[in-house]
Amino acid sequence: MVENISGSLIDWSRAQFALTAAYHWLFVPLTLGLAVVMGLMETVYYKTGDEKWKRTARFWMKLFGINFAVGVATGLILEFQFGTNWSNYSWFVGDIFGAPLAIEGIVAFFMEVTFIAVMFFGWNKVSRGFHLASTWLTGLGATISAWWILVANSWMQDPVGMVFNPDTMRNEMVDFWAVATSDTAVVKFLHTVLSGWVLGAVFVVGVSCWFLWKRRDKAFAVRSIKVAASVGLVAALLLAWTGDSSAYNVAKTQPMKLAAIEGLYEGGNGIGLVGVGVLNPSKERWDDGEDAFLMKMEIPRMLSLLATRDMDGYVPGIGDIIRGGYQLPDGTTALSAQEKIERGRSAIASLADYRRLRAEGDTAAASAARAELMEDMPYFGYGYLSAPGETVPPVGINFYSFRVMVILGGYFIAFFAVVLFLAFKRDISRFRWLHVVALVTIPLGYIATQTGWIVAEVGRQPWTIQDLLPVGAAVSGLEVGSVRTTFFIFAILFTVLLIAEIGIMLREIRRGPEQAASDVSNDKKA
Amino acid sequence: MDSTYILLQNYWWFIISLLGGLLVFLMFVQGGNTLLVAPGLNDSRRRLVLNSTGRKWEFTFTTLVTFGGAFFASFPLFYSTSFGGAYWVWMLILFTFVLQAVSYEFYSKRGNFLGSRAYRAFLVLNGIAAPFLVGVAVATFFTGSEFVVEKDNMTASLMPVISRWGNSLHGLEALGNAWNWVLGIAVMFLTQILGAMYVINNVDDETLGKHCRGVVRRLALPFVLAFVAFVAFVLTKDGFAVDAATGEVSMQPYKYLDNFLEMPLVALVFLIGVVLVLAGVGVTIFKERNRRGIWLAGSGTVLAVLGLLLCVGWNDTAYYPSTLDLQSSLTLSNSCSSKFTLRVMAWVSVLVPFVLAYIAYAWRAIDRKKLTAKEIDEGEHTY
Repeated sequence: MVENISGSLIDWSRAQFALTAAYHWLFVPLTLGLAVVMGLMETVYYKTGDEKWKRTARFWMKLFGINFAVGVATGLILEFQFGTNWSNYSWFVGDIFGAPLAIEGIVAFFMEVTFIAVMFFGWNKVSRGFHLASTWLTGLGATISAWWILVANSWMQDPVGMVFNPDTMRNEMVDFWAVATSDTAVVKFLHTVLSGWVLGAVFVVGVSCWFLWKRRDKAFAVRSIKVAASVGLVAALLLAWTGDSSAYNVAKTQPMKLAAIEGLYEGGNGIGLVGVGVLNPSKERWDDGEDAFLMKMEIPRMLSLLATRDMDGYVPGIGDIIRGGYQLPDGTTALSAQEKIERGRSAIASLADYRRLRAEGDTAAASAARAELMEDMPYFGYGYLSAPGETVPPVGINFYSFRVMVILGGYFIAFFAVVLFLAFKRDISRFRWLHVVALVTIPLGYIATQTGWIVAEVGRQPWTIQDLLPVGAAVSGLEVGSVRTTFFIFAILFTVLLIAEIGIMLREIRRGPEQAASDVSNDKKA
Repeated sequence: MDSTYILLQNYWWFIISLLGGLLVFLMFVQGGNTLLVAPGLNDSRRRLVLNSTGRKWEFTFTTLVTFGGAFFASFPLFYSTSFGGAYWVWMLILFTFVLQAVSYEFYSKRGNFLGSRAYRAFLVLNGIAAPFLVGVAVATFFTGSEFVVEKDNMTASLMPVISRWGNSLHGLEALGNAWNWVLGIAVMFLTQILGAMYVINNVDDETLGKHCRGVVRRLALPFVLAFVAFVAFVLTKDGFAVDAATGEVSMQPYKYLDNFLEMPLVALVFLIGVVLVLAGVGVTIFKERNRRGIWLAGSGTVLAVLGLLLCVGWNDTAYYPSTLDLQSSLTLSNSCSSKFTLRVMAWVSVLVPFVLAYIAYAWRAIDRKKLTAKEIDEGEHTY
């Protein structure tokens, strides 16, 4: 039996979860994005009866199917890992966290898999209307699935709608709608799904431009580009808007994450936003006196505006949050990290007292201990930390990831605008430089979505549940060797699957839409 | 504990048991895939098998995911204790399902990196190992596992872990108990029988149909022997009883037999299930023209598993017993979610009949015409 939780166990467990999540998120956004693009294409086919739109939709459906399988496979591990590797978490917050996962299965996954079967196998077996509905329902299922899993994720970042029950030793849900429709959940859902649409659009435009570069299937490629770039531009613009809401929300609920994203060690009023900067690698601790940046270019007062909607608003830095003493938006004074740690320890001690006293039958004393526990409960998770510095997430990876994501987000708006203009107003097949740019943009789309999740997840360390449960108190009591072994098994497996997936995708793309065309003619024969 | 809360706990155990039954039935996909290496079948018939089960694998997969999600939502202490403790058994099951999930889509595609034979091997590995390991895992509901649950550990700073496994094998020790093997083997044979019956029903190919009937004929006896042996073991063994008032767990002779006797409806469900499975096997073997064995045996499987799981969870029984510390055993009341969450989830479960209805509708729409070699050759979305 494992006797204590080591840092190594925590790190391997985190690494395994990060690996699975990162791989999973290579496939899911393309599923979300392609679903919209091919749904629109089939809608045009349904309305016009024009076979070329059917061919176009079917080509992208083929790629959708290849991608979908790996997304499903990696998603399975992700769900069960909450139990296998974060078993304490599963009990401590399972009462709230489990529900969205179950609803995701019942409501979304079955819709997705039922109608994906009709979409793939039903061309000759169901009516055109039923088939079109099935294509859209497949995408809707994927999107509803995203809703519930993002509700679950948002709750980890912004826990609402629950109370701690010391008798059962866990948090219990008291307000389902608060969990399901929190601001964090709504913003995260919109931002994440839109990022999937952008990736899907980037993918379709990029692949289509490859056909143009190869001077083949021009009409098909231009058709695809027009649909995808339209989706992409709308999604990219909305993405910027939801990104802003997302940052505003983070400022309210996870100020330490925002400070890490900005490399902001000392905050204040009227703080500028670092547009481009190079962090000082010599800075290792928040209080070592080193400068945070080697160089930076700031947009004056912009961070205050984004975070507080006031150009002179106060934004705390990492040092401020650790030292405390500043005024919070609700008028109270922020506690220091050390005070929070002490209150957390006090909460844990009160919890132990409560359970002991209750077992001994001393109701009055147990009741007093419970009251003390509830007073300190908002800081419960801090009680597992040993020093204030542990509340600081890695700054470098957050700072750079965020900038990569934002800069690419801006680039996508410009990219889609140019593509749309050339597709509708010019002969896009003649702009060979654009074909190369569009191809290069495909990996950029993946980098943008990955960096987005890195910011979301690395930025909230050390918390699995913000302020309530740090990673060290959430992990399963396993031997490090077991987790390390499964990490490498999955690392190898997922990498092999990715190589195979890319190989198959490239072959299918090279075969081109003619194959889909031959499928369509076979449909007619049948 | 108020009666509504108890009702909700029992209701959710019913849902979990039903999902468990559906999962075992839908593992006909896994069982069917063992035909991919059956001697005597040519490549074109193997491809028919692949394409037949390939149109249903996502239902099995989704039922597995939903089973996990529903278990998490309704009995989180099981999710925490079993998945975090019997780590290797669950990881092996998941590993084979991951391999399976991609194998259909990758199998016949050019550029698939590992070659078709590798993906076929993955499907067969999943087809044998997953049902066997699921059977082993379910058998531990009757034979017990080694773990300790101590919620007060949350107040320990060095090791704040509530559920701790009692050995470093993390679930693989279940293979040391012969009865776990017996159920594992029974489930493995059952899924192969169901898979063969499904192919008989779903594919228009006389030779393949004959081959599948041969599989059912060969496996029927070993399956029945293993299944009857396990049921006899369960009905005669001491069970893990819970005192409803104190929550104390104790060993009780013939507990599971008593459960059936005290819950005649559950016994009836179980018996009807067993009879339907046997009827499905019987018509497949003895009526050469009958292709409906899968529906008899499939619904029988759902009912039999449902009855067995209700027997191990209802009627004051510890459904996930600990042999290391009896009082750590999981019962419906000590492992379930709060009344509020169970109630919210009960409302969500109202959607289940609607979900089942559209699955049935879409399934029928696709399967109205039987799968033929012609359909595969003509280039529909094929594997």
